[in-house]
Amino acid sequence: MKILIKSGRVIDPASGMDAQQDVAIAGGRIVAMGPTIPDFTPEKTVDASGAIVAPGLIDLCARLREPGFEHESMLESEMAAAVAGGITSLVCPPDTDPVLDEPGLVDMLKFRTKKLRQARVFPLGALTRGLKGEILTEMAELTESGCVGFGQADVPIVNTQVLQRTFQYAASFGYSVWLRPQDYWLGQGVAASGALATRMGLSGVPVAAEVIALQTIFELLRGTPARVHLCRISSAKGLALIRQAKAEGLPITCDVSVHNLHLIDVDMGYYDARLRLQPPVRQQVDRDALRAGLADGTIDALVSDHNPVEADAKNLPFAQAEPGGTALELLLSLALKWGQTDGIPDRQVLRALTRGPANVLGQSLGSLQDSLGQIVIGGVADICVFNPTDEWVVSDGSLRSQGKHTPFSGYALPGRVVTTIAGGFVAFDSQ
Amino acid sequence: MRIQRNPQLNANGELIHLLSTEGLSKDVLTNILDTATNFVSVSDREVKKVPLLRGKSVFNLFFENSTRTRTTFDIAATRLSADVINLDIARSSASKGESLLDTIDNLSAMAADIFVVRHNESGAPYLIAQHVAPHVHVVNAGDGRHAHPTQALLDMYTIRHFKGDFSNLSVAIVGDVLHSRVARSNIHALTTLGCPDVRVVGPKTLVPGDMAQMGARVCNDLREGISGVDVVIALRLQNERMSGALLPSAQEFFKSYGLTPERMQWAKPDAIVMHPGPINRGVEIASAVADGPQAVILSQVTFGIAVRMAVMSIVASHDA
Repeated sequence: MKILIKSGRVIDPASGMDAQQDVAIAGGRIVAMGPTIPDFTPEKTVDASGAIVAPGLIDLCARLREPGFEHESMLESEMAAAVAGGITSLVCPPDTDPVLDEPGLVDMLKFRTKKLRQARVFPLGALTRGLKGEILTEMAELTESGCVGFGQADVPIVNTQVLQRTFQYAASFGYSVWLRPQDYWLGQGVAASGALATRMGLSGVPVAAEVIALQTIFELLRGTPARVHLCRISSAKGLALIRQAKAEGLPITCDVSVHNLHLIDVDMGYYDARLRLQPPVRQQVDRDALRAGLADGTIDALVSDHNPVEADAKNLPFAQAEPGGTALELLLSLALKWGQTDGIPDRQVLRALTRGPANVLGQSLGSLQDSLGQIVIGGVADICVFNPTDEWVVSDGSLRSQGKHTPFSGYALPGRVVTTIAGGFVAFDSQ
Repeated sequence: MRIQRNPQLNANGELIHLLSTEGLSKDVLTNILDTATNFVSVSDREVKKVPLLRGKSVFNLFFENSTRTRTTFDIAATRLSADVINLDIARSSASKGESLLDTIDNLSAMAADIFVVRHNESGAPYLIAQHVAPHVHVVNAGDGRHAHPTQALLDMYTIRHFKGDFSNLSVAIVGDVLHSRVARSNIHALTTLGCPDVRVVGPKTLVPGDMAQMGARVCNDLREGISGVDVVIALRLQNERMSGALLPSAQEFFKSYGLTPERMQWAKPDAIVMHPGPINRGVEIASAVADGPQAVILSQVTFGIAVRMAVMSIVASHDA
């Protein structure tokens, strides 16, 4: 399909481009860019005047609940939600039901998502069978099926020797290991440790849970350099350690979720279960540090940490409520809000959603590595056109996701997606 | 963005649910204590009933076992002439997989006016209070580690009864503060009522350091903790916590923190000793103290009925 995106402000964080021009797409690729594009007859024209034309967003943590929720057509709704939020690539963690630890399951997921012709789905395979932290999965087979890395989702590996061996094995083949750093024993609580959790009578997860896990990972990496991506950092202390480890040259990257970027523990008010999140949102000092870390590039990517939780699983006492919230359709807006509040230039805000996460995926992207998360002639046509100043109010009705629970319910947020193009196809169009 | 007002109060600032002593004004707390004073005498009468809740239904919803608290709520509601329905939830619907809010909906359909709720999860009564119809009231009878407001109020009643007022008092809360909803509710009530010196006493495994931010002084040494105090509130040490990573043994706990007649001499001579019950003799308190002249533990139980009558009659008189 030949598409012309006209008169938009094209921002490509990777090259630093920020200029008003047209973008021509044909055969799934970007074929031309310029103030005018001669000799191009589009089948569809997207009017992008007043809008920003950015690379399609890459979300490094989104749960589609498949396998597991096929009976509720979860995949269809969540994939539609992704492109409505400008997301054209997403990484899904392996804690599905059953766990993504067999090639057949990954094949099926890839097949079903490809058929929908929306966002590209990059599954993470389970690092250990059943996420039990005991037996390695067949990583080579899983990689052939399309896994871009291996992780444990929210299930820490208790046995340090197993952890070390996962690094050794993954490093032998150049696979990356994705871990949310949290000590198993200290990580049993339901809210961030601190005065608030104590007062509310909720069991806490101390900062030490993150710091100890990071220290363990870093020390193992010094002996066995494997590529490790650290998922959803929550604390100022953890971030400081990561900054040091990066300076030391350890092969690590990391991300932060929209929740930890915007919220703190006191936002839970009177036990608002929408604030039941993993990792828990912590205190002001942590939020400030995470925002600064994303701004200075210590944090490579901002993720939605999307998890569509059913109402029945949320309308429970705080500790019993299932962690997580819907966020695919909020990712762009919450990034823009961060930019507005902290005075971060648009190009840098978009970097955390495009080139930043693409770099995390790195060579696991194969032939896509050279153009995913960029706007470059000859590259794949994954594009998000959005109006940066349009405000909208988060409500059940405004979300395509089946997950309606989010701590941002009722927030007025900037940024509305106009059109999303995924692989050269119009995957979402509001015009 | 949502702004949520205190769910315990209506737009006029009147008490519609009792969920926690935190966030209630001195006036609201004092009004409950004053109202309870009027009810204490009801127990001494030939006919121990007043018609304040006639025609109303009080549902005792105990998701966690309790004998004393449930019985005193039962007596309190009966003396207010309410119909009392006791539900052993721990052994019925919840064990059949019914969700908390489904249980509440079903019981609401049976025309409940007041739910007295005990639940093992902190915050559960808030979920219920936000869910019920405007004319239905929720009284928290203990949620997780969070709050046990009627226990705190009966403790305040007892302290006021024996000590007059709060403005010059020192109060020590001794034992497993970490897991104690009684401790938290007492700290909030005491600080609100003007008590200038509230101490929490125990080993660091059982007394979180950030309790200081609630307005209590953290003491790890019993002598420092009860020196010169007017009131000692001993907390129950649950059996499952007596031996493990929190404490090596019940004996060692008693050795370091048990209240004995000798140690009580560190407190003021006229200090009173309280306990929310049931007591573990020889663990947190020696029999000689529990049965001694300074103990007011049985008065607490008696006052508990009057305080619960006061709470139920007050919330029932206000609409959301």
